[in-house]
Amino acid sequence: MNIAAPAITHETDALLKGTRFTVPGMRCAGCIAKIERELPKLNGVVAARVNFSAKRVAVEHDPAVTEANLTEALLKLGFEAQPIEANPLGVETQERKTLVRALGVAGFGMMNIMLLSVSIWSGAEGATRELFHWLSALIAMPVIAYSGRPFFSSAWMALKYRRTNMDVPISIGVILATALSLYETITGGGHAYFESAVMLLFFLLAGRALDAEMRTRTRAGIGALLGRMGKSASVVGPDGTTTRMAAGDLEPGMLVLVAAGEALAADGEVEDGTSTIDNSMLTGESTPEPVGPRSKVHAGAINLGAPFRMRLTRTADDTALAEIARLMDEAGQSRSHYVRIADRASRAYAPAVHTLAALAFVGWMIAGAGWHQSLVIAIAVLIITCPCAMGLAVPTAQVVASGALLKRGLLVKDGSALERLAETDVALFDKTGTLTLGEPRADISGLDAEARSVALGLAQASRHPLSRGLAESLRREGVEAAAVQGVEEISGQGLSGTWNGLHVALERPDSHSADLATRLRIGDAVETITFSDPLRPDAAETIAAMRSLGIEASILSGDRSEAVEAAAQALGMQARAQVSPQAKLAALEELRSSGKRPLMVGDGLNDGPALAAAHASIAPGTASDASQQAADAVFIGDRLMPVALAIRVARRTMQIVRQNFVFAIGYNVLAVPLALFGYVTPLIAAIAMSVSSLVVVANSLRLAGSAKEPFA
Amino acid sequence: MTGLAFLIPIALLMGAAGLAAFFWAMRDGQYEDMDGAAARILIDDEQDAS
Repeated sequence: MNIAAPAITHETDALLKGTRFTVPGMRCAGCIAKIERELPKLNGVVAARVNFSAKRVAVEHDPAVTEANLTEALLKLGFEAQPIEANPLGVETQERKTLVRALGVAGFGMMNIMLLSVSIWSGAEGATRELFHWLSALIAMPVIAYSGRPFFSSAWMALKYRRTNMDVPISIGVILATALSLYETITGGGHAYFESAVMLLFFLLAGRALDAEMRTRTRAGIGALLGRMGKSASVVGPDGTTTRMAAGDLEPGMLVLVAAGEALAADGEVEDGTSTIDNSMLTGESTPEPVGPRSKVHAGAINLGAPFRMRLTRTADDTALAEIARLMDEAGQSRSHYVRIADRASRAYAPAVHTLAALAFVGWMIAGAGWHQSLVIAIAVLIITCPCAMGLAVPTAQVVASGALLKRGLLVKDGSALERLAETDVALFDKTGTLTLGEPRADISGLDAEARSVALGLAQASRHPLSRGLAESLRREGVEAAAVQGVEEISGQGLSGTWNGLHVALERPDSHSADLATRLRIGDAVETITFSDPLRPDAAETIAAMRSLGIEASILSGDRSEAVEAAAQALGMQARAQVSPQAKLAALEELRSSGKRPLMVGDGLNDGPALAAAHASIAPGTASDASQQAADAVFIGDRLMPVALAIRVARRTMQIVRQNFVFAIGYNVLAVPLALFGYVTPLIAAIAMSVSSLVVVANSLRLAGSAKEPFA
Repeated sequence: MTGLAFLIPIALLMGAAGLAAFFWAMRDGQYEDMDGAAARILIDDEQDAS
């Protein structure tokens, strides 16, 4: 296959186009080198730059080189690639950057104020102390105003809706500590808590930044896999000309030309032309479906064969696809009521702390200590109980755990997903694409070396799932493609060409057996290649591992009964076949209402509503866009084990989080009496705060190896 | 005491310089691809590749 592109005469930057691709298959330094070195050798490509963390490649190229050309070129280098939106910088990245900047500023402020505070603690007196307090104030005020914003705005939002979250006690503590210190500075008092306030912000921002980092990292990975649906269509006008229209502007009655390889953007009926379509997005089943005049086709299907024309019947929000999307939306509502553990803790914690501080103030007033001293003690109580270690307790554990899971091929979307995964007690699996690989794998054991290379030469020219499955199996064996000339694809018939003067072809076999098969012809010799959709290599192991965690798994599939039965027997699971998306949703609702917390693992769009309704859900990296968005976690690769690992690691994470809470609260129980009786000085507050934070972080780091241990 | 008049501004300036360097590194995109930077060091420079 030649990449048709005119040679560049002048390398004018203004004429270059930038395209981003997501390449999930990059795993090593060699992959970076290969892509960055080989891609620019292509005519019309100026530069390629890999972002390894986000698994993306940015290509600068001549506008004449199309996305399809580049995808093809990447595939030839051995990487599956998908073009993505031009501007991937979303709100998430912005949030992360704001937090990291605030963290940098807080770090700067903390170090400089600490420098001054250490001199005060070691005995600076009189004018020196006053000067140092003023300098601390000058540094601390802008730093707190800048770095505190994420907490102040979140606390304000919560208060506005008459709720409370972790940020409310934090904000009150920081603001009161700053105000008191400022008062002390102005009146020339002995104790200023600037370093405590800034240090508190620094530690809490570290927790927040880690949390945001985890989300952007995994979202980038998942976003990378998205973006395959038909977003526009070629509308044929009355005069025969075609115009490109966005999916939202299409109307019923329009005539649309669907090119080979294009995704359908609306539902309709085929007017003329015959082809095969891949409906896996809608049904989850990978077998291509033949279509001819008057066949009904749905948005999201991909045309695998020849171009055809279709008359639209339902568009935009009326399509079957949109209907499923709506079901998912509604099903997802229930999940938004889930309250995260940190917020649950703060609901109990904040009122207790504030009551305690108020009581301390009232108590000392009654004891006749005077306004100033009572207020200082009340504020010391607030500072010492400020949930510094608590703010770190949850994010540190979750970040370490999700990092460990990421290394094993599982992307967890956020902390709430980990919390819900830990609570699941029953699992439902879809079959095709989840328990099985979801793509036909060819049995090539009967072919000799020559036949293999010819087969690859033919198969790599086609987008048909069987050809792709065959090419994949051959490439895996390290087969080099033979130079087959004049490859031609006839829809529904197969591929043919010439090789060394012989007629070679991949054709439809004569016998109509249930199994998928193709026939390879080289001259007069013929060989039948059969395909199967095998179970994932470690499916049985995974189901056993889940059972050892006390989670009973069963199959809930939309596929034919025989196929589901076979898989169920092989794995020793209960199974229900031919279940519609609505019925899947109903099955989950039933489990939920009986008090269970179901985990749904599925890939097809038909699983979408179920994924959204389940207590927690996981989708494979090959799943449809919508399913990946609905799922809490996505696993990549052929192995199913990450699903069982996810649950085990999630449970251990929650265990660590609880330990962190116990520690943070235990520390408060010890420190509060000191504060209540007025023994807390800024020095004690600073030491207590850093020690408790470090212990919580160290405890969370124990999770780093949690995904490595094998199942017993 | 007069030493402080020099030492404190110097300490503050150094801190501010570090903060500025950090902001510059962030804007420059040096934190965009941390895993990639770790892997790139293993790539052998071939022929005329820079």
